[in-house]
Amino acid sequence: MSQTANAPMETRAAPAGRLVYRQSVWTRVTHWIWAVALFFLLLSGLQIFNAHPALYVGDQSGFAFDNAVLRLGATREGETLKGVTTVLGTSFETTGVLGASGPDGQLQARGFPAWATIPSGRDLATGRVVHFFFAWVLAGTLLVWLAASLVNGHFRRDIVPKGTDLKALPGDVADHARLRFRHGRSYNPLQKLSYAAVLIVLLPLMILTGLAMSPGFNATAPWLPELFGGRQTARTVHFMVMVLLVAFFLVHIAMVVLAGPFNELRSMITGWVRVDDTDGEKRP
Amino acid sequence: MTMKLSRRGFLTGSAVGLSGVALSGCDALDFVADRDGKVRGILEGANSLTYRVQRLLMSPDRLAPEFTQADIRQPMRPNGVTSPQDEHYLSLVSGGFSAYRLEVTGLVDNPLSLDLETIRAIPSRTQITRHDCVEGWSCIAKWTGAPLRAILDEARVKPQARFVVFHCLDTIERSLSGEVKYYESIDMIDARHPQTILAYGLNDAALPVENGAPLRVRVERQLGYKMAKYVRGIELVDDLTPFGLGKGGYWEDRGYEWYAGI
Repeated sequence: MSQTANAPMETRAAPAGRLVYRQSVWTRVTHWIWAVALFFLLLSGLQIFNAHPALYVGDQSGFAFDNAVLRLGATREGETLKGVTTVLGTSFETTGVLGASGPDGQLQARGFPAWATIPSGRDLATGRVVHFFFAWVLAGTLLVWLAASLVNGHFRRDIVPKGTDLKALPGDVADHARLRFRHGRSYNPLQKLSYAAVLIVLLPLMILTGLAMSPGFNATAPWLPELFGGRQTARTVHFMVMVLLVAFFLVHIAMVVLAGPFNELRSMITGWVRVDDTDGEKRP
Repeated sequence: MTMKLSRRGFLTGSAVGLSGVALSGCDALDFVADRDGKVRGILEGANSLTYRVQRLLMSPDRLAPEFTQADIRQPMRPNGVTSPQDEHYLSLVSGGFSAYRLEVTGLVDNPLSLDLETIRAIPSRTQITRHDCVEGWSCIAKWTGAPLRAILDEARVKPQARFVVFHCLDTIERSLSGEVKYYESIDMIDARHPQTILAYGLNDAALPVENGAPLRVRVERQLGYKMAKYVRGIELVDDLTPFGLGKGGYWEDRGYEWYAGI
C-alpha cells in the first residue's frame, strides 16, 4: 500500500522482482469457469432478448399502454429497412447493428445482430437451453467460490474493501489515470472495489433478477419480483446488469493488457505473479 | 511515464479479448442448435435439474401470485394460433359451441364426455394472474373456469397416471408430412393445482376465439405455451412418447423445455 505516485516507474524496467503466490487454485478455477459461463450467458441472453426486443417497467408489458424503456425495432422506408432503437421515448437510427442487421441488401428485422447471439440464427429454444445450463454453472461456481474464499481468507483479505483502501483510493485513481500500475501480492483499491461490485453485487443481482422472471420460482417467492418492482422491471434490471458486466469485461481486459498481460495471465493460470521490486508490502 | 508493454504480452492480451468476438462472429457455436447432438443432451440436463429443484422448493399447492382488478390495464394479448381454420372447429363456432364436447379419456375409471353447460356448472374459480410468454412479455388478465382437479376427480384417475395430455382443435402447422395439431402435457402436481383451470371466461366475458374458445388451460406456474387453447380432449397417460414427436408438446417437439417453470 505504500507505493506512491512519485515512485519512479523506471524500477519496473529493471530486472523484474520476485515471484509471489497470489491466486489460490479456487480463485483461478472459478475465474475461468465464469469467463466461459458469462460468455455463453451473454450471447444466449441476447438470443432470448431478440424474441421480444423490448424492456418495460412494472409487472406487465404494455401493448395497449406505453411502459417501455427500451425498444429495438425496424421500420420499412420504401425498399429499405431501418433499424430504430428507442430509449425512454427517444429514437435513434441504428441500422446494421440494432433493430435491423445482416449482410448488405439482406437486412433483417432483429434486435441484436446474428454475430452477437448463440446460435447465430433465430432460435429461442436453443438460446434458453444454453442460458439455463450456464446459469446453473454460474450460480454453482459462485457458491463454491464464496465458500472457498471465506475459508481461505480471500474474501476478507482481497475482496471486501477496507478503510485503508478507501483512503488510498484517490491516489489509486490518479495512478490508474496515468496508466501507472503497481504489482503486489494484493489488489489495489480500484481492483478490490470492482471485484467486490461484480462478485457481491452484480452476479447475485443477475441470479435474483433471473429467478424473478421464473413463473415457477414466483410461486415459491412472490416477494422476489415485487422486490424489483414487478417481473418486467426485473427483466429490465437483468438487462442493465448485463450492460454493466460487459463494461466491466472491457475495462478488465484493458487493464490486463496495460498492466502487463504476461504477468497477469501467469498469475491467473499458475497463481504466481512477479511483484515490483519497490513493492513495500509486508503482508503475506 | 513509460509504458512497458511487450509485443508478446500485447498479443496475448488482445487475443483473449478478441477470442470472444471471433468465436461468436462466425457460426462456430451453432452446433448447440442440433437437437440430436451430444452437447445438446448435456445442456438440456439443466432443464431436469430446474424441474426437480423447483418441485423441491415449491409445495404442490403453492399459488402463483394473483393481482387485483386495477392491474388489468389492457386486453389479454392473443398469441400463437388466434383464428383456427379447421373445418370442425369452424362448425363448432358457427353452432355457438353447442355441439362441443370435452372428452376425458386414458387412464381413468370413468371416461367423460362433457358439454359446456356441464363444465360451467362445476363450482368455478376466478383468478387475476400474470401470463408470461416464453418470448419475454407479460400480460395480466382475469380468468374464470372449472378447476381441472374437479374434472379429474369425476373421471377417477387411475393411480398409474403420470401426465395429463391436452389435445387441441387447432392446426398450428401444415407441412408436407401433414397437419400438426397443437398439444401439451403437464404432470399430476400441476394438473391438481388449485389454479389449474379450464378457462371459459376472460376479463368477465366469454373466452374469445383468439384466446382459445371454448376452453383453454391455465397453468399459472409455467409459461404461456403450456396453456393449450382450443382444448378438445384430456388424456391421462403414463408415457408421453406416443404423442407428436414424443417430447410432450408441440413446442417441446421443437426444442423447448417440457417443464416451463423458468
